Amino acid sequence: MGDSALEKARLVDKKIAGGKAGKLAGMIVAVKDILAIRDVRTTCGSKILETFHSPYSATVVERLEKEDALIVGKTNMDEFGMGSSNENSAFGPVKNPFDPERIPGGSSGGSAAAVASECAMTALGSDTGGSVRQPAAHCGVLGLRPTYGRVSRYGLIAFASSLDQVGIFSQNAEDCASVLEAISGFDERDSTSVNCEVPSFSSDLGMDVRGLRVGLPSEYFQSGLQADIQVKINELCEMLEQNGASIQKISLPLTDYGIAAYYLICTAEASSNLARFDGVRYGSRIDTKEDLKHMYCETRSRGFGEEVKRRIMLGTYVLSAGYYDAYYRKAQKVRTLIRKEYDEAFGRCDMILGPTTPTTAFRLGEKINDPMEMYLSDIYTVTAPLAGLPAISIPAGKDTNGMPIGIQLTAPAFQEGLLLKLTEYIQLHMESHDL
Amino acid sequence: MKFETVIGLEVHAQLSTLSKMFCGCSIRFGAAPNSQTCPVCLGMPGVLPVTNRTAVEYAVRMGLAVHCDIQPHSVFARKNYFYPDLPKGYQISQYEEPICLGGWIDVEPEPGEKRKIRIHRIHLEEDAGKSVHDEAYISGNETLIDLNRCGTPLIEIVSEPDIRSPKEAYLYLHKIRQMVRWLGICDGNMEEGSLRCDANISLRPVGTTDLGVKTELKNMNSMRGVEKALTFEVKRQTEILSEGGAVIQQTLLWDEAAGKAVPMRGKEEAHDYRYFPDPDLTPLIVEEAWVREVGESLPELPDDRKNRWTADYGLSDYDASVLNEDRGISDYFEDVVRETDNPKTAANWIMGEVLRRLNEEKTGIENLKVRPGDISHLIRLVNEGTVSHSAAKTVFDHIAETGDTPDKAVEKLGLKQVSNASELGDLVQKVIDDNPDALKKYLGGKDALFGFFVGQAMQASRGKANPKVVQDLLREKLNALRQSES
Ligand SMILES: [Zn+2]
Repeated sequence: MGDSALEKARLVDKKIAGGKAGKLAGMIVAVKDILAIRDVRTTCGSKILETFHSPYSATVVERLEKEDALIVGKTNMDEFGMGSSNENSAFGPVKNPFDPERIPGGSSGGSAAAVASECAMTALGSDTGGSVRQPAAHCGVLGLRPTYGRVSRYGLIAFASSLDQVGIFSQNAEDCASVLEAISGFDERDSTSVNCEVPSFSSDLGMDVRGLRVGLPSEYFQSGLQADIQVKINELCEMLEQNGASIQKISLPLTDYGIAAYYLICTAEASSNLARFDGVRYGSRIDTKEDLKHMYCETRSRGFGEEVKRRIMLGTYVLSAGYYDAYYRKAQKVRTLIRKEYDEAFGRCDMILGPTTPTTAFRLGEKINDPMEMYLSDIYTVTAPLAGLPAISIPAGKDTNGMPIGIQLTAPAFQEGLLLKLTEYIQLHMESHDL
Repeated sequence: MKFETVIGLEVHAQLSTLSKMFCGCSIRFGAAPNSQTCPVCLGMPGVLPVTNRTAVEYAVRMGLAVHCDIQPHSVFARKNYFYPDLPKGYQISQYEEPICLGGWIDVEPEPGEKRKIRIHRIHLEEDAGKSVHDEAYISGNETLIDLNRCGTPLIEIVSEPDIRSPKEAYLYLHKIRQMVRWLGICDGNMEEGSLRCDANISLRPVGTTDLGVKTELKNMNSMRGVEKALTFEVKRQTEILSEGGAVIQQTLLWDEAAGKAVPMRGKEEAHDYRYFPDPDLTPLIVEEAWVREVGESLPELPDDRKNRWTADYGLSDYDASVLNEDRGISDYFEDVVRETDNPKTAANWIMGEVLRRLNEEKTGIENLKVRPGDISHLIRLVNEGTVSHSAAKTVFDHIAETGDTPDKAVEKLGLKQVSNASELGDLVQKVIDDNPDALKKYLGGKDALFGFFVGQAMQASRGKANPKVVQDLLREKLNALRQSES
């Protein structure tokens, strides 16, 4: 990809000289290896797709290319987007640029690290339950998850279709807005993409927070939240209040059920979405020359990693006759209630503020053998996807170990513009307040 | 003990849309293997389905035609199972919320005896690909996969267990085939698999209402095959139950050549398809106004048309059924009737000459060179006495071969009927003069010989003489001779 990027760069240079360059000319972008790029190896962090080259490009990739962005490479990730630490890649873990002993977060850890280490200006990731916002928080960069349906999923290899959404990593709100503008919009190849106008996010930046109502859910600030993160949020709230915003105490009591509902739904969908990796048409096949069933078993047992297999089994169980109502259907009901709870909350505030993660980046290997502990670290990020809402993680200083802290803003559907404006505002003002 | 037969049918019809259910690939039959595929129907990583609206319209057409309630909100669901010809590892179908609910089809097992077979539901789904075992290319335990068919739109029409005999099953299936062809949504070809039928069958003591243990019959490749397989199974289950045995719930495969149904080979696994709503597709919303539009665009349905014909045209039930079997023939008849006030004669022409010709040429009505206007023209020529009825049939065949107009054909063949009395008078006189023996017998009282003279006269005119005029002239001349004798 490097050679073709250089070639493309020369071409874009000519275009710039001729005054005909696209809106993202000069933007260096890394792309999570869950997005299909035509004739490029697309592995999804999995052994089962180790040698797979996609016959087509994802819509978001086509849209980036159309605006003359330079795609410089694919980034490592947790296999099929399943993980919060990037230790689940078949090609080795990603390390945190701030401390190589620590995880970068997952599943889009490679994209987060690429932007944090300035290998790329922006990067595309995918966010199912926090896979953009959580690594953004751990790596000290911006991480936006747009509204479900805002950005086409065509070419995004599905983990959990009703939750997956392409997200953006950047250093600042402006770059994030430019990329969002380019990749957003209806795509006739994705039936779940929404046919609504795309605002010009980048030119709409700039805001005054006077009169802005910021909601602070009490459930986000209970036991388990790292003290330094709590402190940063308090400081941020003070700054916003000083400048004329009002802080509203709100309640999202279903937050506690988010993890359970999320893991039931995402594993159910994953068990079906990953059925296509069966060794018949593409990807690795382990042919034992015995019967078909044996080929399936060997291919999938050896092709998938532990976490992926765990989730396929969980999801298969969740959808099984006799368990469907108790798990899948009930989780869908909880999901509806969570959506309603957000709707009500947004009657009392314009935006919800809270931590992105309960702690800053933990050490490699620390939680890998305790999946439950790992799942619980997603508590603040899973509810926005369940409700289809846009959310962003903003870097907010460091903890006592020097590890980045992320603060999350959640907005009503299709209010990415508001998220980006406040993000820009916060970034400007935190610098001037030295937060 | 006497048993009652309880049958339910599941009929799959491949919709004759231009493209597949969820991608833009063509569904043309007979293309090179795997040539009609794309990343979507190949189940490549990251692709998404997009619903074919024409397929939805076809399902609505069928639903309206068989009196279903069209559901404004229905949901596509995934049916999960592993098979090499199923690229995604699941089939997109409809499960809890299908597009059509309720409905019925009337069948007539005996003349005048109407039976209403209720339809449980009709749902939309996609077809799987084909596994091919061709030893010319592969060794024994290998399989070739052709995914051209994969993603072809299907509707599945599920009946209630209302069918009471193999004959009723045949008639019901026949009605479905007639209807899908009539609506132009499926070619209804069971041999090529564009129409497929599975049957559930059980018996129960007459007078009881609980369902007995059922078996499922598969692999019937014709409508008669369905009837035969069910007849076989009724007999088999009757024998078991009569001897006090129990029917085992299982799937049987019909072996047409052997004329028997055999249990499916291998251990039958209880499938748990783990259906759940497909998150890649939003609920299928069908607007009421659109359904009304589709309803208004439906052609007159076969049963309605048949009833109109028997009432307005005085056609017999049988004739009406024959003419109404196929939409093309039926429309052809309607076109002829539009230009003649003699529908019964028109019916006779079509059931006689037209169907004979189509049968001989093994072709469809659309290829017949004789157009409806030609038939009505021929009827008029016969009525006006321009050509005789027998000559008209010769004219018909000539048109069928050349495409000439009826007038031109009559002229070319020189078959214009002679009705001129003076012209025919000479001819008739010659026939009398040339047959003195017959004349003698006739004058002696053998009246039956009148027909002989008519025949001779017609022959002498090479069919062109107007038989009515010939008869009048003969009667006049022979009567005169009789009187002069006595
Ligand atoms: Zn296709």
